[in-house]
Amino acid sequence: MNIDFSAEELAFQDEVRQFLSTKLPADISEGTLKGLHLGKEAHVRWQQILHAQGWAGVNWPVEHGGTGWTPTQKYIWSTECANAGAPDVVPFGLKMVAPVIYSYGNEEQKKRFLPDILASNVWWCQGYSEPNAGSDLASLRTTAVRDGDDYLVNGTKTWTTLGQYADWIFCLVRTGDSNTKNQEAITFLLIDMNDPAITVSPIYMLDGLREVNEIHFDNVRVPAANRIGEEGKGWTYAKVLLTHERTGIARVAASKQKLAALKVLAQSTSNGGEALLDNPAFAQKLAEVEIELLALEYTDLRALSAVSTGKAPGPESSILKITGTEVGQAIDEMYVEVAGYYSMPFVKEQFMVGFEGDPVGPEEAANSAPHYFNNRKASIYGGSNEIQKNIISKAVLGL
Amino acid sequence: MDFSYNDEQQMLRDSVSKFVHQDYDFDSRRKIVDSETGYSKEHWALFAELGWLMVPFSEDDGGLGGSAVDLMLVMEEFGKGMVVEPFLNTAVIGGGLIADAGSDVQKQDLLPSVMEGQLQLAFAFTEAQSRYNLADVDTRAELQGEHYVINGKKAVVLNGESADKLIVSVRTAGAQRDRDGISLLLLDADTAGISRQAYATIDGQRAAEVSFDNVKVSAEQLLGAAGQALPSIEKIIDRATLAVCAEAVGSMEVVYKKTVEYTQTRKQFGVSLASFQALQHRMVDMFIEYEQARSILMMAAMQLDAGEGLAPKAISAAKSRVGKAARKVGQEAVQLHGGIGVTDELDIGHYFKRLTSVQYLYGSTDFHTQRFASL
Repeated sequence: MNIDFSAEELAFQDEVRQFLSTKLPADISEGTLKGLHLGKEAHVRWQQILHAQGWAGVNWPVEHGGTGWTPTQKYIWSTECANAGAPDVVPFGLKMVAPVIYSYGNEEQKKRFLPDILASNVWWCQGYSEPNAGSDLASLRTTAVRDGDDYLVNGTKTWTTLGQYADWIFCLVRTGDSNTKNQEAITFLLIDMNDPAITVSPIYMLDGLREVNEIHFDNVRVPAANRIGEEGKGWTYAKVLLTHERTGIARVAASKQKLAALKVLAQSTSNGGEALLDNPAFAQKLAEVEIELLALEYTDLRALSAVSTGKAPGPESSILKITGTEVGQAIDEMYVEVAGYYSMPFVKEQFMVGFEGDPVGPEEAANSAPHYFNNRKASIYGGSNEIQKNIISKAVLGL
Repeated sequence: MDFSYNDEQQMLRDSVSKFVHQDYDFDSRRKIVDSETGYSKEHWALFAELGWLMVPFSEDDGGLGGSAVDLMLVMEEFGKGMVVEPFLNTAVIGGGLIADAGSDVQKQDLLPSVMEGQLQLAFAFTEAQSRYNLADVDTRAELQGEHYVINGKKAVVLNGESADKLIVSVRTAGAQRDRDGISLLLLDADTAGISRQAYATIDGQRAAEVSFDNVKVSAEQLLGAAGQALPSIEKIIDRATLAVCAEAVGSMEVVYKKTVEYTQTRKQFGVSLASFQALQHRMVDMFIEYEQARSILMMAAMQLDAGEGLAPKAISAAKSRVGKAARKVGQEAVQLHGGIGVTDELDIGHYFKRLTSVQYLYGSTDFHTQRFASL
């Protein structure tokens, strides 16, 4: 049992550091490290730089333009990205729909969609949740009725992150008749958003920003050629995809970077004349989060090690979602604590990249509370932490 | 021992409660929050007319007695509707400082207009470096003949935008964190040399950064004796602390009830969310937090009214425990509401935001736990 990197892995780490120090634009890394909001342009710009380097498809198979990295290389990559302030890629195209297309799509679909996803030429969004289908996703009601060579799609999708920018949406829709069992009635469709029968309405989050949307489909005509795989198999495809997503879900690298920055901040924050970091109550809380994160890091590495010896991530990886989001949220909350009174000003412009006005309070404080509020979503989305516990209790403990 | 309200208190409570129910639904509040002033002048006039602005003041000062229990019940009802009108900043803190430290002339001059709703006040006391230490005052006022000249900067001055007059804590002697040498000066908010950078806060209120650049104010505008203001400041901030604890208890009551109601109506997997025992227990925990918070709040209010020197310790006990409850109840309410809980659209998220800022206002949970231990 050891944790050392091999010589090849260390060489890879150097290569990654070299790339990030020369190619990551300063405005993007600065904004990311300060927890500011990057716009669409910055995300696309960074993803196109990754593409030029051949590193956009981290999890993709080599034949479709992926990196072919080992799990250890992916771990090094995510650690170095977090430290350098490289933003996460917007996942909907590169990490969510692409694996479904290259795993279950036909050759024509692969040729048609994958290159533009890899090059970030097309912005994708996800159409899973519905107003009445949240944790119980399989109860979704958006229908797709076959009409000649097309489907007619009707219904409403919600929590569609950054859907306002999207060119395409991948959806789970209901097909079959009323006798079809829930999970056998779900079909995976790719839908072009450039259609007047689709309307996108904003949902504002607790930080006052438009991050998610509701998307209405009113008799939207979708060619059957846009269906992935077989009718009624969408649920299976989506579930396989969710397992893919487990890698990186603990967000250990990002949390480590944020915790390190938090310490620096608490060291320079005065608390009655001494550093806040030296306050026993604060120090204790910080240490508890740090210890939890250390344990999580090794839980994550154990999962990684299992994957690298050929095992698929199992249901116990729900631990990574639960603990990862809880640790992340605990760190967010400590940023509010450090900001103190300066957590109160709500100056929206100040937490967007490119703010040039007269700032209120320290830069790091500006987005502390809005981000804390916003990131309460992390324990709700992607299968709420309660659902994750149900998974562990059923699939691991056999209860 | 009698934990019930007397007739006057019951009437006061009913009147505030009726207002919140009838005039302060979530949509009406949103319009007020988004308005130019950030509070409703009509509501403010009504508060004056109904005598609520007299609640924090003694009968000698023309008020209704100034009991902590009265203050508690008003703030609790305000908390149920997340009322943003600057009752706390103008009447409790600003008016409280004048009543506690001011001369008879200053009181006669100013308190009637506070109680009649004609005067808005803000207390500029926090500084970028001070956090929760009330004695950490670096804004300086130098006596030059008959005038003080103020230089410095105050941070996150609540109601600083709307205030007609500011009460500012200044250092007239000693080093930055000395307990002695702090004075209070009262001055018009538009005095030459004052600049205010106004903004909205995360919980729907308004505040301002206030800078003092060679601001000249007559020495007659001192509230209380020069250099001896800290005890008054501590006393009034303790009172404000009790007020926000009461407000939080009011908010928590609404929040736990709304969460129970929501989980009973929201169906997933063919059943209501409330039918899951894992969730039932979490709501029970929210309820226990709320009840414990209410108990310690009542304890602190009664200690404050008893005035036997135990009040500061009781206040810190309350703030620590209420802060802990506010955190738990706010976070759990959002989690149990799911996605809709993190949207701007639903009131739950707004209660969560106010329950968050209350945790840090006038000293964080940790600060008050440590203060409790030290007293």
